Amino acid sequence: MKFTLSWLKDYLKTEASLDEITAALNDVGLEVEGVDNLSETLGAFSVAYVKEARQHPDADRLRVCDVETRDGMVQVVCGAPNAQTGMTGIFAPPGTHIPGTGVDLQVGVIRGVESAGMLCSEREMMLSDEHDGIIDLEGDWAVGTPAVEALGLDDPVIDIAITPNRPDALGVYGVARDLAARGLGKLKPLEVEKIPGTFPSPIDVKLTFDEGTEDACPLFCGRYIRGVKNGPSPEWLQRRLTAIGLRPISALVDITNYLTYAHARPVHVFDADTVKGNILPRLARDGEKILALDGKEYELDSTMCVIADEERAEAIGGIMGGEESGCTLDTRNVFVEVAYFDPIRTATTGRKLGINSDARYRFERGVDPAFAPDGAELATKMILDFCGGEPSEPVMAGTIPETARSFTLRKSRVETLGGVAVALSDQKRILEDLGFDVREAEAGLECGVPPWRPDVHGEADLVEEVTRIVGLDNVPNAPMSRPNAVARPVLTLLQRRTSAARRILASRGLNEAVTWSFLPEDQAKLFGGGQDAVKLANPISTELSDMRPSLLPNLIAAVGRNIDRGFADVALFEVGQAYAGDRPEDETVRIAGVRRGTTSPRHWDGSGRHVDAFDAKADALAALEAAGAQVRSLQVVSGAPDWFHPGRSGTCQLGPKNQMAHFGEIHPRVLSQMDVKGPLVGFEIVLNLIPEPRSRGGAARAALDASDLQAVTRDFAFVVDDAVEADKVIRAAKGAEKQLITAVSVFDLFAGEAAKSALGEGKKSLAIEVTLQPRDRTMTDEEIDTVAAKVVANVEKATGGSLRG
Amino acid sequence: MQDLETLESEIRSAIEAADDMSALESVRVSSLGKKGSVSALMKSLGGMSPEERKEMGPKLNGLKQSIGEAIAARTSDLKDAELEARLAGEKIDVTLPARPEQRGTIHPVSQVWDEVVQIFGDLGFSVAEGPHIETDFYNFEALNIPPEHPARQEHDTFYFNEREDGSRMVLRTHTSPVQIRTMESAEPPIRIIAPGRTFRCDSDQTHTPMFHQVEGLVLDESTHLGHLKWCLEEFCKAFFEVDEVKMRFRASHFPFTEPSMEVDIGCSWEGGQVKIGTGDDWLEILGSGMVHPKVIAAGGLDPDRIQGFAFGMGIDRIAMLKYGIPDLRAFFEADLRWLHHYGFAALDVPELAGGLS
Repeated sequence: MKFTLSWLKDYLKTEASLDEITAALNDVGLEVEGVDNLSETLGAFSVAYVKEARQHPDADRLRVCDVETRDGMVQVVCGAPNAQTGMTGIFAPPGTHIPGTGVDLQVGVIRGVESAGMLCSEREMMLSDEHDGIIDLEGDWAVGTPAVEALGLDDPVIDIAITPNRPDALGVYGVARDLAARGLGKLKPLEVEKIPGTFPSPIDVKLTFDEGTEDACPLFCGRYIRGVKNGPSPEWLQRRLTAIGLRPISALVDITNYLTYAHARPVHVFDADTVKGNILPRLARDGEKILALDGKEYELDSTMCVIADEERAEAIGGIMGGEESGCTLDTRNVFVEVAYFDPIRTATTGRKLGINSDARYRFERGVDPAFAPDGAELATKMILDFCGGEPSEPVMAGTIPETARSFTLRKSRVETLGGVAVALSDQKRILEDLGFDVREAEAGLECGVPPWRPDVHGEADLVEEVTRIVGLDNVPNAPMSRPNAVARPVLTLLQRRTSAARRILASRGLNEAVTWSFLPEDQAKLFGGGQDAVKLANPISTELSDMRPSLLPNLIAAVGRNIDRGFADVALFEVGQAYAGDRPEDETVRIAGVRRGTTSPRHWDGSGRHVDAFDAKADALAALEAAGAQVRSLQVVSGAPDWFHPGRSGTCQLGPKNQMAHFGEIHPRVLSQMDVKGPLVGFEIVLNLIPEPRSRGGAARAALDASDLQAVTRDFAFVVDDAVEADKVIRAAKGAEKQLITAVSVFDLFAGEAAKSALGEGKKSLAIEVTLQPRDRTMTDEEIDTVAAKVVANVEKATGGSLRG
Repeated sequence: MQDLETLESEIRSAIEAADDMSALESVRVSSLGKKGSVSALMKSLGGMSPEERKEMGPKLNGLKQSIGEAIAARTSDLKDAELEARLAGEKIDVTLPARPEQRGTIHPVSQVWDEVVQIFGDLGFSVAEGPHIETDFYNFEALNIPPEHPARQEHDTFYFNEREDGSRMVLRTHTSPVQIRTMESAEPPIRIIAPGRTFRCDSDQTHTPMFHQVEGLVLDESTHLGHLKWCLEEFCKAFFEVDEVKMRFRASHFPFTEPSMEVDIGCSWEGGQVKIGTGDDWLEILGSGMVHPKVIAAGGLDPDRIQGFAFGMGIDRIAMLKYGIPDLRAFFEADLRWLHHYGFAALDVPELAGGLS
């Protein structure tokens, strides 16, 4: 909310400087968003007198002016058509920054004539767009008078942000009250003159609400004023409204705006001659229409409160007046409305209709209901002062809603909750300054809440009032206790695992990305999502319409964007949530990665190879291991969800019910639907599915069991059917002598076209290295041969293959 | 005697003259080999008289030993020369680039998250989490934001479609629902932080529909506003790694705290980069306050006995401030150039003992 310093000083008797005031506003919770102090920005501009303006010798359109300024006589070349002898204008000396042009003024020579300064237009001073000529001041201004003073702009404008709990501070008077409580001055009492009426109002007000909805508008203060003459409002008023960004319209309209900002008291004035019969505030009828003051027609419904006459709705209660009953310059008789509207209904109505008005803003936060009669008097007084006329007796329908309530502030509570010791007498003084009705009692201060503070509902609020006025900067810092001398670990198992998996993937060359939790519907569907439960009702765009069912699609899309930027090799991963439904248990923490292109850039010693499903498998296993999965006990089986290549993908599982990770090539159709150029490999792990480790009973490791005897290795090559999985061969080999065989690795694979001619159709050769670790004595050749024979027999039996000859 | 000296000198010359191992081997064979000249003399010892043998024995043995040593020395020299010659031929251009290795990066949000956890972990805060898809109760009602509260409009909430019972889920607009979930599952004293994703239906130069917050909650029987200020100030000093930090505490309003305060941190701008801790400008970094009695009650605790503070801070925002990252939107674009530039090395794990950054 904006207001000017002089306006504030109407209500606050203070010697404080502008800086002190803004600092205090910040402290008490009325955050200063900006101060527009033209006295500062336009300080170099001052009033000057044009002693003589004569034709420039070499230019038809220029004049040479002898100007009397605060620094003496100067010569200025001026191009304005209205520059003439005897005028009073605004002068800027050399060195001045001209805000309208952005230029720093210098002494110049224009067509051979020296010019030492500038006579300014309003546009050059950024006061308006006016640039037809230089400013021609009316009135008798002494040379050297600051320009802002002569132009009536020497009143600094302060802009503050008001939190939703402080409707009272949506009026300048409320701001003054806070500052007075802070000790910045004294709040001037508001004198409200009770203006007697001279005749009964010809318009009566009857609240016509059905039972249960009376709270829509429980109070209406009205007054008929006849014989007014509407016209421009006084200059001081226009200036204040202009300063805070409002456009002066006419006295009757300006008065309502003024009271809205001065006292947070919205007021409406009807042209009484357009009102048919009496005023009947009621709920609107479904489908009822009204042409509002903003020139738009609104369709109302039966939840909305209107101020109606006997024919139609004339105003949307607490939000906006109607065009047809609004005041014009021809208005002769008026009816003033100062009412109370229910905050919730006003908010709902305003939101439904999409109207943001100063009135709605205040009513939905809570207007002081007890102030309505005074507000009506103030409005009446201003109308009589500015427009003349004769007031009727006041009309009042309904009653002032009850807001009286009282809370006890225990004597120690400011200290035990607010952390600052404040003398009880000071607490009392602060609360009284804020308008609380304070009585000292045994238990503490009994505080009656003023009607303009709908936000205060308990002791904690009273503590807040005291602490914010004392200033939070004055609350001494108090160290917290240390629960443990040396800090204990604080992360959960899942958090530790997530962190470890993240770091291992980064160390493997993947870059961590953070992508949206949402994605377009078609992509959600490609990855098993798109259910209604995880579809946003109000997405920010169709690109972000659904919650992601997997981390992969957004990573794949990100790969696509990076390809478009010229990166052929991309490796990304992300840690985050995926959403299978809208229940907490549907949310899983996952880690997923994608790779595309080659494993490393071109190099003089040979380029990297293209990434393939085994890179994704390696990433997945590394992340799983870092995340605490017992990788050795995981089964890797072929096949993964639909978005993977059906033949080049796999699943890491602990049985079919715990499929904790998938990896492989992304399905080419998915890539083409996402318009990303593949091939691309990826993996995704559901971290929640990794079982908790068995308790180890301490950090100690099992004793090292290293044999003194050298291990023996033997190589075997088996010819098996293409369909036989390597894992089967390895397991069979291992099973041949479980104690003795400590490792089996695959060191060669011979498959494909070349294998077909060598081994026959549908065959491949797998070569394994088997490591035997003797325990108690060196093995003899015969013993080794026996084990080797068992390996061959086991593999042949399990796979139907044969030792390659 | 003269013969022996002559012989020795001849052999030594031959050793010196041998310029490769095979030539040296020939010398060895011709002198010390079975049929070598020295070996022949040694054999002749047997035919000598005891007196002659007594005289010649030591001489011949001396000769044999000295020749052997000379051959060994020459062997070593030749081997050295041979190695040097080989190494000279093995020279490489060391200015050629090493084989490339892939180096990945950690996102600034994760890094800062880890930093925040380090600091609060030291103060005894554990890390709590909650779902992103929340009920109206946890996101609003329990936090003292009734349906028509104006603060609700300011939250720009993402909603899901209405269910059959008329309720509808929301994307959490802040991490504060974790406060309630924590109170429901833990007994005071409580000290938690809750970092995570939050969502608002807002997108422009400085707002993204998704961002990260960290919530803090302390509940016991005596924690007051002074502890909150201390905690935040200590956090800022530790996080921004400065000895002193200028802070401003402004009274404010949040439905879920009472009293409430916003916290600004002093800063200055130098060459387009922000310097934290000093200077005449202020940057708002967080909102905080004493937990509202209604919120404590909504969490199932007794507000007459339990009190404490809560705060909420933008992780992205403090990451931007600390590391001079200009644009929030770029956080979520996964542009490799950005990730490489602003990302952190995998092993660059923040820790208090070694310094956070």
